[in-house]
Amino acid sequence: MESDGTPLRPGRPKPWNDPRVRAVVFQIIAALTVAWVGWTLFQNTISNMESRGISTGFGFLNSTAGFGIIMSLIEYDETMTYGRTFLVGLANTVLVSGLGILLATVVGFVMGVARLSSNWLVRKVALAYIEIFRNIPLLLQIFFWYFAVLGTLPGPRQAVNVGDVAFLSNRGIVLPKPIFEPGAWLIGAGLAAGLVVTFFMARWARRRQAATGEIFPVLPIGTVLILGLPLLGYLIQGGPVSWDIPALGGFNFRGGITAIPELGALLLALTLYTASFIAEIVRSGIESVSKGQTEAALALGLPPRRVLRLIIIPQAMRVIIPPLTSQYLNLTKNSSLAVAIGYPDLVNVFMGTTLNQTGQAVEIVAMTMAVYLSISLFISLLMNLYNRAVALKER
Amino acid sequence: MKKTIMTVGLATAGLVALGGQAQAATLDDVRDAGQLRCGVSTGLPGFSQPDSDGNWTGIDVDTCRAVAAAVLGDAEAVEFVPLTAAERFTALQSGEIDMLSRNTTWTTTRDASLGLNFTGTNYYDGQGFLIDEALGIDSAEQLDGAAVCVQAGTTTELNLADYFRANDMEFEAVVVDSSEASAQAFDNNRCDVLTSDTSQLAALRTQLSDPDGAVILPEVISKEPLGPVVRQGDDEWFNVVKWVLFGQINAEEYGISSANVDEMLESDNPNVARILGTEGNMGEILGLDDDFMVDVLTQIGNYGEMFERNVGPNTPIGLSRGVNELWTEGGILYAPPFR
Repeated sequence: MESDGTPLRPGRPKPWNDPRVRAVVFQIIAALTVAWVGWTLFQNTISNMESRGISTGFGFLNSTAGFGIIMSLIEYDETMTYGRTFLVGLANTVLVSGLGILLATVVGFVMGVARLSSNWLVRKVALAYIEIFRNIPLLLQIFFWYFAVLGTLPGPRQAVNVGDVAFLSNRGIVLPKPIFEPGAWLIGAGLAAGLVVTFFMARWARRRQAATGEIFPVLPIGTVLILGLPLLGYLIQGGPVSWDIPALGGFNFRGGITAIPELGALLLALTLYTASFIAEIVRSGIESVSKGQTEAALALGLPPRRVLRLIIIPQAMRVIIPPLTSQYLNLTKNSSLAVAIGYPDLVNVFMGTTLNQTGQAVEIVAMTMAVYLSISLFISLLMNLYNRAVALKER
Repeated sequence: MKKTIMTVGLATAGLVALGGQAQAATLDDVRDAGQLRCGVSTGLPGFSQPDSDGNWTGIDVDTCRAVAAAVLGDAEAVEFVPLTAAERFTALQSGEIDMLSRNTTWTTTRDASLGLNFTGTNYYDGQGFLIDEALGIDSAEQLDGAAVCVQAGTTTELNLADYFRANDMEFEAVVVDSSEASAQAFDNNRCDVLTSDTSQLAALRTQLSDPDGAVILPEVISKEPLGPVVRQGDDEWFNVVKWVLFGQINAEEYGISSANVDEMLESDNPNVARILGTEGNMGEILGLDDDFMVDVLTQIGNYGEMFERNVGPNTPIGLSRGVNELWTEGGILYAPPFR
């Protein structure tokens, strides 16, 4: 029987019984259905809008906008196009989200750690902060900061005067604006050099510490380099920076840089709201690290700060990163609440005014959704890359 | 605000998904529903404003009620849909409302590219500036550098930029979502000047904490003919909404008011008889009852009554007729004849 010569091989099943073939076929059918639904919606929309006499297409992006925007990071005036208003709104959204993410991370980590402090007062203050800010709707918090806090500041004529160079009023904070004259490049070069040198110095110090155990004072030397080199550049060029100092003229302050109160209120609200969630994420991350780790580190004689920085946080990060990513995405999307107080973000400028002036609702809503989707996917991508770097390496 | 986004989003989704009823007969829809869905503002005294019991009043509201009276015989058969400036056109385009009567300026872009038709003008307005009297400004040409509060999504926003550019002045646009919010921002001193149509400024001034401390500057920087709007492509409905307003203006011209409709039904004047449907078939050819104007006039009154009741000199708004006077009285209100 064994010398039969024909090996026992199961015959290939008929294609309609083969799970692999079936899987592929169903995938194709699903994809075609989705594509067909999408195409039908698109066609239906176009033909309906045509039959109702609503103009379509993206040509409107090239027509003149004709309205003013209170704050713009890029050059803008009302003679520019609707396409430009899209970029202005986008830049403002990115600004408030970026600053918000940065500040919320800092506040959130501090509060999360404070929540586990051995000091009773610190612990309870952190708890109170988290429970208050986490449980009040964000929109209310935005209104609170805008109307109840920043709105009660005095008018420009009674502005709070900080040393005759900066002014705080209900129109925002006006700060002196640096004007860079020729030769100012050396300051930038100094800053760049300081950063690069510090970066490589830190790497070298880490390797040396790993090899020899000797500690190199990176922080003080790095600080001196990053601050000192630009200053050196400034002195060599004989002070190539002058300041445009704001002064009260006519209705308002003229000159300087103005940070509008809408930005301040939105940033405060987004930061404090999101940070309260981040604090809880940080706390849960730290608590997920087994107590034995802390005890072992202390037994080795590490001071408590280093225990936290070198032992606890790196392990906690693995638990913290995924929900932290969600908070970053929430913050970015929540920034569209800007429209409630008139901060000129993408939704306010583009999906608000531009949509109204042009009436191109479908195009503009689609563009806006695509932008938020792209920003969110981009943040996810960065955080996933970072997550991969800190994830547990199974060896 | 958030509602704006949701409404625009939903309405857009509506445009995308539905829309088989592109050439729908709105007149039949309104009759079937027994109710007219009319888009109005979220609250502007004299034009459309709900009181504490949810009863709407205002000249825009009366324009809706007049159409309901003409079509359904009942001026109360109206569902008012409050809309911000940003929501209004999408709400109409997507069929969420049957007509829009929301102090909306008639412009080329809106008429030609939004799939909408303006049926006429129920208030001729122009844009002006409201400013704190204490600042001692007496002309809009002194406004260089001012922070200006303006409502989002309005022609006002564009006129403002045009005016400052034409006069080589700078400004800072504080854009808010609704007219109440713009008044509030002005009251809180977030801006130096409030700009809007002068009728709105008069209305908003009554809501300020110190109405007498604010003055309207003499310059009127734009033409703002405000009127009802319907969807394009439904000519029957377009005609109905158009001729109800024309009927009210004609009624004032021929001296027919809510007080004397019954006497006027006996009138020998052929113009009066045609308006009231005792002669001719004006109602029938519009798709209405021949006596549709009788319902409108007994329940709402003629144009003059509508004006006096809501924004006239004896109201808190206190506007004079001005250009909104009949052409026979020196104004520009001129309706085509009922014939």
